[in-house]
Amino acid sequence: MNARVLIVDDEKEFLEAMGERISARGMDVSTSMSAREALEKIEQESFDAIIMDFQMPGMDGIEALKAIKAKKPELQIILLTGHASVKKGVEAMKEGALDYIEKPADMDEITQKIKEAHDNKMIVIDKQNQKKVDEVLEKFGLQGFSS
Amino acid sequence: MQSVEDTIGVAGLRFFGKMSASISHEIKNVLAIINENAGLLKDYTLMVEKGLELNPHQVGAKADKITAQVARADAIIKKMNLFAHSIDQDRQKTDLNATLKLMIALAERLAAIKSIKLELSAVSESVSITTAPFILENLIWLCLEFALDQMEEESVLKLGCAKTEKGALIRFEQPGQFSGELAAGFPDDAAASLASALQADLLADTESGELVITLPDEMQ
Repeated sequence: MNARVLIVDDEKEFLEAMGERISARGMDVSTSMSAREALEKIEQESFDAIIMDFQMPGMDGIEALKAIKAKKPELQIILLTGHASVKKGVEAMKEGALDYIEKPADMDEITQKIKEAHDNKMIVIDKQNQKKVDEVLEKFGLQGFSS
Repeated sequence: MQSVEDTIGVAGLRFFGKMSASISHEIKNVLAIINENAGLLKDYTLMVEKGLELNPHQVGAKADKITAQVARADAIIKKMNLFAHSIDQDRQKTDLNATLKLMIALAERLAAIKSIKLELSAVSESVSITTAPFILENLIWLCLEFALDQMEEESVLKLGCAKTEKGALIRFEQPGQFSGELAAGFPDDAAASLASALQADLLADTESGELVITLPDEMQ
């Protein structure tokens, strides 16, 4: 699968190992050790999926999720947590997370979620493009001409 | 109205729960790293099965990383065990430098989430008193929690102890970080009840920017 993935975690060893495993599955991986660094990275690069730790110094997962979604609503975020709870999971999904996975994570599950993220992003981008086309057509009084 | 004993009991359970939850998060992080490195070793074997050449140094490096994480988990579990046993005795001779070291080890992850570093002040003397270790740890935690809520990101909170004429004191130094509002909010009911049980005094000194616990040499 040809996807670009950003992994965000304050544990360097975790970033390195997970990054190597995802790369070995044919994906292009970038890493950040903080949510703030990740926010800068998404301004400069395009990603299909972000895999992010829920609890990090400086900015927690929900705060980071909201900040990323505010900047790039099409980005698909998978949150990783030490302990998954229904309450936290519901909160994450409400804020737009694609999923909420407990550590230690299963690589097959992560790969599947990245694929889902890649597909979802394409749908969101298609919708955004369609909306732009509709706006232009409406501007010139040509509603109904779009596919 | 809640009795002093009940207040101490509730505070103690909350403290034990908070520390246990934090330790379990630390262990989960270690397991996640071990899991990824073990997964990499599995990936390497699959690559070899497909005819790719394997670099033995690469395998050795991953095994070293797993060994390092096992040592990290062992240190976490040792501190958890030390903490759990601090409730064994109602009263015992207690080394305050060792108690502060344990509390820093227990709380450093929670402080790091707020981007604050905990440090033990330079140890110049051995300071031991007879006290209730678990209640003292609980009071130190409440002081830490209170201080962390007041502090700005990227700052350092120093903990230290010293002998006094009648016992010892524990200091939480955060120069320039205390506001006048601090004295008004400190101590809360739980901290006051714990201090009373330890026959200790609590002081929030806004001028020097310190929280101070003054303890008797021998708790009765």
